[in-house]
Amino acid sequence: MSDEIKDEIKMVDLYIMGKRYTVPETLTIMDGMEYAGYQLKRGCGCRAGFCGACATVYRMVGDYELKVGLACQTKVEDGMYLAQIPFFPGRKATFDLEAIKPSTAYFAQLYPEVYRCLGCSSCTKVCPQDIDVMQYIAYIQRGDFAKAADISFDCVMCGLCVSRCPVNIVHYNAALTARRLYSRYIAKPDAFLAARSGAIEEGACDSEIDALINSDQATLQDMYNKREIE
Amino acid sequence: MAYTGNIGELVKKVEESRTSRVGVHYPRMTQEERRDVLEKFHPDYNTDGFRNLKVGVNKGARLPVEMADVFETWSRLRDRKPDLQADPVYDVDVLIIGGGGAGAAAALEAKAAGASVLIATKLRFGDANTMMAQGGIQAADKENDTPAIHYLDVVGGGRFENIPELARALVMDAPLVIKWLEDMGTMFDKKEDGTMITIHGGGTSRKRMHAARDYTGAEIMRTLRDEVLNKGITVVEFCAAVDLILDQNGRAAGAVLFNLETEQYLSARAKTVIMATGGSGRLHYRGFPTSNHYGATADGLVIGYRAGAKIIYADSIQYHPTGGAYPPQLLGLLVTEKTRGLGATPLNIKGEQFVYHLETRDVASSAILKECHERKLGVPLPTGISSVWLDSPIIELTHGEGTIERQLPAMMRQFQRFGVDIRTEPMLIYPTLHYQNGGLLIDENGLSTVENLYVAGEAAGGIHGTNRLMGNSLLDIIVFGRRAGRHAAFVSKEMSVPAGLNLDHLDAFHRELEATGAADGRVGPMLLPHYTHR
Repeated sequence: MSDEIKDEIKMVDLYIMGKRYTVPETLTIMDGMEYAGYQLKRGCGCRAGFCGACATVYRMVGDYELKVGLACQTKVEDGMYLAQIPFFPGRKATFDLEAIKPSTAYFAQLYPEVYRCLGCSSCTKVCPQDIDVMQYIAYIQRGDFAKAADISFDCVMCGLCVSRCPVNIVHYNAALTARRLYSRYIAKPDAFLAARSGAIEEGACDSEIDALINSDQATLQDMYNKREIE
Repeated sequence: MAYTGNIGELVKKVEESRTSRVGVHYPRMTQEERRDVLEKFHPDYNTDGFRNLKVGVNKGARLPVEMADVFETWSRLRDRKPDLQADPVYDVDVLIIGGGGAGAAAALEAKAAGASVLIATKLRFGDANTMMAQGGIQAADKENDTPAIHYLDVVGGGRFENIPELARALVMDAPLVIKWLEDMGTMFDKKEDGTMITIHGGGTSRKRMHAARDYTGAEIMRTLRDEVLNKGITVVEFCAAVDLILDQNGRAAGAVLFNLETEQYLSARAKTVIMATGGSGRLHYRGFPTSNHYGATADGLVIGYRAGAKIIYADSIQYHPTGGAYPPQLLGLLVTEKTRGLGATPLNIKGEQFVYHLETRDVASSAILKECHERKLGVPLPTGISSVWLDSPIIELTHGEGTIERQLPAMMRQFQRFGVDIRTEPMLIYPTLHYQNGGLLIDENGLSTVENLYVAGEAAGGIHGTNRLMGNSLLDIIVFGRRAGRHAAFVSKEMSVPAGLNLDHLDAFHRELEATGAADGRVGPMLLPHYTHR
């Protein structure tokens, strides 16, 4: 960037783990860290708000309130005091999906801590995806896996909820298990999908496709151009 | 409201024309018109951006300059060869390099076939373009559709340059893959009775795009990852492969891994290796922004090529027509094709549509570049670039209020974070570097031209010809991940532990680099992009 352009952009002060850096105000926290000179290894992933790699805790200078955000999805502000949480050692229960059922009895064996929820709502307050985390934990406690699956769906598994939980619930892993139980056992399977898969395995779809593969390019092109779009 | 000043004024033109556009179908291009716009505006046809490789098994092949630059690099092991005769740190049947969707699918199948498996990945397990794929996954599993109809869409979209056996495998396995994922507890969008909800994508002739809201890839990735961990498969994170190890017969027999945090080099011995390292958007061809993951730096292509694996269509790059253009924090971010699938239309500065909203990606991107740079009817942005509108509010008019919140929650949230409500305000877009159509050449088992070296996912080439359709990438990573995993496990069972491990291929490659002066001082693979400011 040339100096002339630089002069036109408003700069802000960013405190990365206590050190002050001056960066353009149009950047995200992630871009701001890179602008400051960090080559990110941890704390950076998809850069688009899907992967949960860049959970960041910050507060504004002079304020006491801790705020959170995904570094790639949050604009820098003047006086931001921040640190990233690049990894959280939350527990994942392992299970054989075919050997369990969507019941509270099974769930309690995998994640007994969800039943110790104090109802403090720290998880919901901290979620950068604005998910009502405590509510889906309540649905799990009641065995309502359909509702838990629905409202937890947008979770990016960043781990911030776990970092604040006073009873050590690993919400994101519990939610993933709930979604898999719902999808495997409560949502109905697609009937025609099973029929089509069976047909392919029996070779019933072979002749139609082999006829295409064996036709010359001109024929294929003609078929493509004339194909009906339904 | 992020649209102020001049842009705020221009939004009104979009609003004025909106009701008159509902239900009106803009005509699709003829084949001739498509060819014309591609040749004039698609970056693949701009000869400035390419050069010919000076070294290696495809010497003379045309590559984007930025890709050729990482292919022609010295190995990181040039002056520090590890002792391969010592006991390796890892010793397995199947070594999988890369922890995205292809790697995870390969691991599950290899493990199920009885092989010992290691996944080594550069960043976190699940850090991959898979996680970011929003729109969907194709499969011909409706009564009005067949794998053959899907095949015709695939090869037509791919400009008839696909390897037929690979395209066949893709479409024939597709319903099996959806079934596999459904059984694994993947939360696809369904009706009450279990019927999968499917929509169109660019270039599809049937509604066969399955989705999980607009988190489709994330949902598939987190399910696969969970299952890999359930199966007890070893995963080593922040450990990138920097070169392949070959055995005395020139077969792939492991890799040298680099621990990004301790900066130690470790050797992994394996009977077979599956390269699932993904794409290369972070090379920023032609200076384009990219929708790709931070780790997409072509590492697998670079080290596979050094070991003698042939490439195909590596000069064919996909530019996604709808990348974010404004506000500036959204530059390059993918606006899922599902947005167009639901009926959002591209519009110029006058609020007029200039291209059918569901043309294939290559054609749609070229049409947008034409509108911005030749017809000069783009929307000028304060950041100095030009862009076009993507009219998302028309979705609510066509399909009813609440559709965007239900079908595009991720998109809605991302724009909201930067002040744009896509339910009532249109998006500003510009093509973004999205996908590497080509890669390392494989056969229908995922086997490369080097014995015992498999490739799956975006690192592989030939499946999609020179233009991939939406929803066929999430499909291809699972199809060829599974195929490679199964075949590698099968081959490993018949083999004894590889002997005579060596890195001699690096010496040979270095001699070529010395003779041609091609590498300059560059070392590869890149591993991490450089975005620091100093």
